[in-house]
Amino acid sequence: MSLFDKFQPLLQDRQSLLGQDVDPFGAPIEEIYSPTEARINGRKTILAGTNNYLGLTFDKECLDAAHAALDELGTGTTGSRMANGSFSGHRALEREIAAFYECEKAIVFTTGYQANLAVISGLANNEDTIVIDADSHASIYDGCRLSGADIVRFRHNNPDDLDKRLKRLGERAANTLVIIEGIYSMLGDKARIREFIEVKNAHQALLLVDEAHSLGVLGERGRGLVEEAGVIHETDFIVGTFSKSLASTGGYCVSNHPQLDLIRYASRPYIFTASPCPSVIASTRAALKRVENGADLRARLWRHAQRLYRHLHDAGYELGPEPCPVIAALLDTREQALALWRGLHEHGVYVNLIFPPATPDGKSLVRISVCAAHTDEQIDKICEAFSVLA
Amino acid sequence: MASYEEILEKVIGELSALTATDANLTENSELVTELGLDSFKVLDLLMDIEDEFDISMPVNLLADVHTVKDLAERIHAVINTEPGT
Repeated sequence: MSLFDKFQPLLQDRQSLLGQDVDPFGAPIEEIYSPTEARINGRKTILAGTNNYLGLTFDKECLDAAHAALDELGTGTTGSRMANGSFSGHRALEREIAAFYECEKAIVFTTGYQANLAVISGLANNEDTIVIDADSHASIYDGCRLSGADIVRFRHNNPDDLDKRLKRLGERAANTLVIIEGIYSMLGDKARIREFIEVKNAHQALLLVDEAHSLGVLGERGRGLVEEAGVIHETDFIVGTFSKSLASTGGYCVSNHPQLDLIRYASRPYIFTASPCPSVIASTRAALKRVENGADLRARLWRHAQRLYRHLHDAGYELGPEPCPVIAALLDTREQALALWRGLHEHGVYVNLIFPPATPDGKSLVRISVCAAHTDEQIDKICEAFSVLA
Repeated sequence: MASYEEILEKVIGELSALTATDANLTENSELVTELGLDSFKVLDLLMDIEDEFDISMPVNLLADVHTVKDLAERIHAVINTEPGT
């Protein structure tokens, strides 16, 4: 049996489902005109599936900072921080993120995926238990697997179910790591975080919140669900990404536990990954300032999100449970979702297509991510396209 | 404490509801290749089983579980080692 035989079912599935048309899982972005417009497969297209929530990818201050860092510090660091050292930008960004959350410690990672891998596998080992939401992101699952810890799932966004499963752990519940997300990326629903805090406190467990989709989106200063709910200092670890609202790549973890720093010496994903490029660090630092002072962007983002959600709901689409900059239309079959995705593409709208098992309850999703930089006319066009295809 | 046979019966009951197929479920039925369960359906089944037996059964215990029998044996082992169950 060849190494490649295992890919045969995948190949057949792709050929039968996708044919020769444009690949929804690797759309050719031929030219980028702005945070909200690109040429895809020869067609001028509105970008409504790029997680670019605040539209900062062409922000002048971010661009200027990246250009300057590129000229002053070069294209890359060519290695990990343990081997090649920490640039002043790495250390400055860590101080700034810690200050942003008013927390003691922060670590910066090269990607958001790596942040979860590094933090989870650094914190827990094969003597520990991690309890995670059943709809957790793949990076959380992979971090748990890498840790070697016992992994227990609780029903999605259900604090009572978490409580029940922690009780079953008995004495092991204390010091168990519980992981939730601020906004869940599939359906755009917010975690019931205050109730989760009560449960974790009752069991003396530790809570990690992944704010990948909620950084910049929620909270007066854009610090995510932990800020909106007023629980920053009751949360043990906050993880997030630079690749969405901060419009670059990378990830972070902040905490008031002083031991967070020791992860640098105990976590293989941190130790063995090249550190972020100077230009990425520089644009991220500029974007972080804009996020903190971005109440105007958040107001615009939420206005668009409310409008789109209401329109799609009225057009008859089955949607996630609440309006959010992540808006998912749920379809019963992959074929239905693919047809909607292709229809939207033909109408000049780019969104995300997501199939089971990555989705909850075996549904297929066509997912919009709203951008503060969308114009009202672009939102009109997205609404029109969905209406025509309903 | 549930016997292996009682556990097997309950597992087959959970699987019948989950797969909604006419497949003839036996001890030797393969969860993925035969019953067509994807990875998350198997994980969801595990949550149902934890509730059914009021036990904690970590996901990683499924690493070597391929058949209905493997699963029933693993549950039986957990029940017989968990204090208070």
